[in-house]
Amino acid sequence: MTLLGKLTWQAIPFQEPLPLFSGLAVVIVVVAVVAWVVAKGYVPYLWREWITSVDHKRIGIMYCMLAGVMLLRGFIDAIMMRTQQVMAYNAPGFLPPSHFDQVFSAHGTIMIFFVAMPFVIGLMNVIVPLQLGVRDVAFPTLNSVSFWLTAAGALLVNLSLVVGEFDKMGWLPYPPLSELRYSPGVGVDYYCWALQISGAGTLMTGINFVTTILKLRAPGMHYTRMPMFCWTALAANLLIVAAFPVLTATLAMLLLDRYVGFHFFTNTGGGNSMMFMNLIWAWGHPEVYILVLPAFGIYSEVVSTFSNKPLFGYRSMIYATMAICIISFMVWLHHFFTMGAGADVNAIFGIASMIIAVPTGVKIFNWLFTMYGGYVRFTTPMLWSLGFMVTFAIGGMTGVLLAVPPADFQLHNSVFLVAHFHNVIIGAVLFGVFAGYTYWFPKSFGFVLDERLGKWAFWLWLIGFWVAWGPGYVVGLEGMTRRLQHYDVAEWHPWLVVAEWGVFIILLGIIAQIAQIVVSVRTREQRRDLTGDPWDGRNLEWITSSPPPPFNFAVLPNVTDQEPYWDMKARAREIGQLTRPEPEYEPIHLPRNSPTGFVTAFFAVITGFALIWHIWWLVLLGLVGSYATFVVFAWRDHDEELIPAEEVARLDRANRAARSAALHHRQLRRETRQEPSE
Amino acid sequence: MSAPGTALRAGSDPYHIGHAPSTGVPEYTGHGGGGPSPKRIYVGYGFWIFILSDVVLFSCFFATYTVLIGARDGGPGPQQLFDLHTTALETACLLLSSFTCGLTSLAVARHSLLWSEVCLAITGLLGLAFLGLEAHEFIGLVAQGAGPTRSAFLTSFFALVGCHGVHVSAGLLWLGTMMAQFPAKGFKESIRHRYLCFSLFWHALDIIWVGIFTVVYLIGTITP
Repeated sequence: MTLLGKLTWQAIPFQEPLPLFSGLAVVIVVVAVVAWVVAKGYVPYLWREWITSVDHKRIGIMYCMLAGVMLLRGFIDAIMMRTQQVMAYNAPGFLPPSHFDQVFSAHGTIMIFFVAMPFVIGLMNVIVPLQLGVRDVAFPTLNSVSFWLTAAGALLVNLSLVVGEFDKMGWLPYPPLSELRYSPGVGVDYYCWALQISGAGTLMTGINFVTTILKLRAPGMHYTRMPMFCWTALAANLLIVAAFPVLTATLAMLLLDRYVGFHFFTNTGGGNSMMFMNLIWAWGHPEVYILVLPAFGIYSEVVSTFSNKPLFGYRSMIYATMAICIISFMVWLHHFFTMGAGADVNAIFGIASMIIAVPTGVKIFNWLFTMYGGYVRFTTPMLWSLGFMVTFAIGGMTGVLLAVPPADFQLHNSVFLVAHFHNVIIGAVLFGVFAGYTYWFPKSFGFVLDERLGKWAFWLWLIGFWVAWGPGYVVGLEGMTRRLQHYDVAEWHPWLVVAEWGVFIILLGIIAQIAQIVVSVRTREQRRDLTGDPWDGRNLEWITSSPPPPFNFAVLPNVTDQEPYWDMKARAREIGQLTRPEPEYEPIHLPRNSPTGFVTAFFAVITGFALIWHIWWLVLLGLVGSYATFVVFAWRDHDEELIPAEEVARLDRANRAARSAALHHRQLRRETRQEPSE
Repeated sequence: MSAPGTALRAGSDPYHIGHAPSTGVPEYTGHGGGGPSPKRIYVGYGFWIFILSDVVLFSCFFATYTVLIGARDGGPGPQQLFDLHTTALETACLLLSSFTCGLTSLAVARHSLLWSEVCLAITGLLGLAFLGLEAHEFIGLVAQGAGPTRSAFLTSFFALVGCHGVHVSAGLLWLGTMMAQFPAKGFKESIRHRYLCFSLFWHALDIIWVGIFTVVYLIGTITP
């Protein structure tokens, strides 16, 4: 019994059919996929090209895929919650309280940590080095470790579905409820260890990208020539470096309370549970901006490209980004005005929260003015951006409402608040990553996604969102508190039925997105992006082929303008040929693949699982394994691979030929068009 | 990988930070338009960012300590518990180890295997002595019933000082690995970069200790 710590057969939910069968279904699907991969002989390919890859583009794609899969998981939770609230008017519904509590906790945790974060980080991975005009991030192997640790965290959260239970107190485990005395189960431990592991990965990402953006840029790329997405990525990663250690420290304190009887947040021994709120939100509020700032960067890229205009107010956009970056650390208390810190403190934090709306407003106006007078193309990414501007403006205004302390005392922990943050997180972060995903998909895979289904997905999501969360504001004002497993207020019921319809409209949107991938992959030959510049883009990611070669650029581009590629294209059109003569190709050193990330994550899962179930010998084994991995990695001599000059030349010449052809084709078209009018 | 147009901007870094003094070949620091900076610069820089994040981690423990210092639940306070003699010895060990760590840097720069190993060994022994003293202090406190579970004040004390101790232990593990790597791998570039990071880490732990020494032990024993 002691051999496996607290782990017994009771951890498997044999009595509860719902988690048992859904867990079983997941296990069967996973086993089937693995079996299919093995049977088809794809394992060596996956291992060589993906699992051990340290290429930022591959890692970015894996991040986005993780986010996509976890989005489905989190969305199933959402459907369950909405359905429960429709059924549970004067009735028990289909989810017992302990299960419902785990569902809303898992939904929040998954959507923030394993959907929004990996999606944003994935897009940064794919695009930031390309936009900076360099060959990779500063620490490629560390990047792989970051990804695999994030995946390890996601695995642990999903494991709790089948083995044991998940946290039951929401996506932030507030003490004293989360202390051992009131939550003796393993749910909080699953939460904490999953986030400690993935949080370590995120911190490494932050360090990696701050270093990359500040130290590795193409020649000539001054700070005021950096694309907006890189600026927002810089701000987000600075926030990661400054905020994620706070999360690590706070969860470590909670774990010390739970595991060895410390008194940080307990009711006894002089512990102070409000300290947890302060610490967790000192991380939590910047976290919001870690997610939304890169999304703002994506909108800046998309709006400028599809308006055929440079971004309006580029410098004011930088100031706005950095202002948000700093102020986001000064507003954490608005998450618990009801703590009773006093009128003065609440007033200061209320005003600071409203001030954040100013730089955000600057951004909105800059996007509007970028479109003004431009030749706007209503492609899918542009639709997401427009939908965002409307949705986010409304969500932002409800946020300013909540920043007024007296109003917040009424609305605190109501569904109004829940509607507000869904409004900004779906309306800004999720729409943003969908815009970025559609916009940069051809760069990653070499073909453009189907526009018709993309537009369907957009409209279904937009309408579905408002049908699902518009009613949230109403029932919130009618006094409905969040996380209700059942209720008896007749006025709420019709609104919750409407919200259920909204969720099903969103479901159709997700189905459209899956169909979009399937259709686009099947018809990829007709939708090839041959030149590497399908949207007539303006920044350096479009200068290389789609998908880019492993080394990104045969020769580092020389940046002379704020929109380097647009500038180059304009000159090429003027002189009728590519601006640069064929360079002298040199062999390129690239970092060698490494299984370090995968192996580290393997031991992290072992250690995390053992800690959750108090299997101490396995903890030791996991830690020794991690150290051994570190030493083996430190010991390797051969850490770079050489791509010969001929290979570089072959890949680059193909790309140059495609671009020359496109240039001539364009000129030919213009000449034939002009002839009749002359 | 030489980037066209870089030579024109050789003067864009007025303080010549990171420029190799002997070769005369400009090395770009990554600021402005010089192009990507060399590995030596960005490895150290990245590690600096990590150290900053570690400082943020410690700041949380410092903050909880100052919040909980009065939460004694009827138990003993700093004045009854802390012995400044042990603290002085610990401080001496750690500061001296920083000095020998600096000597190691000089030996590494001169590619002297013997002196690198000797100085690193002394650094490690001083670190071990520090940990021994800290363990002695902790065991003594627990023995007199003032363990971390006694009160919130002691919880925050053990967490803050213990967190530093865990960092020193990790540093010793790293130090041992480095001592094995110098003879096995020689002073090649990657090993020197690694040592640069190690020395940054070790010095940073010293700075944190100065904070602990001041906030926990000095201020703790003068205020009731």
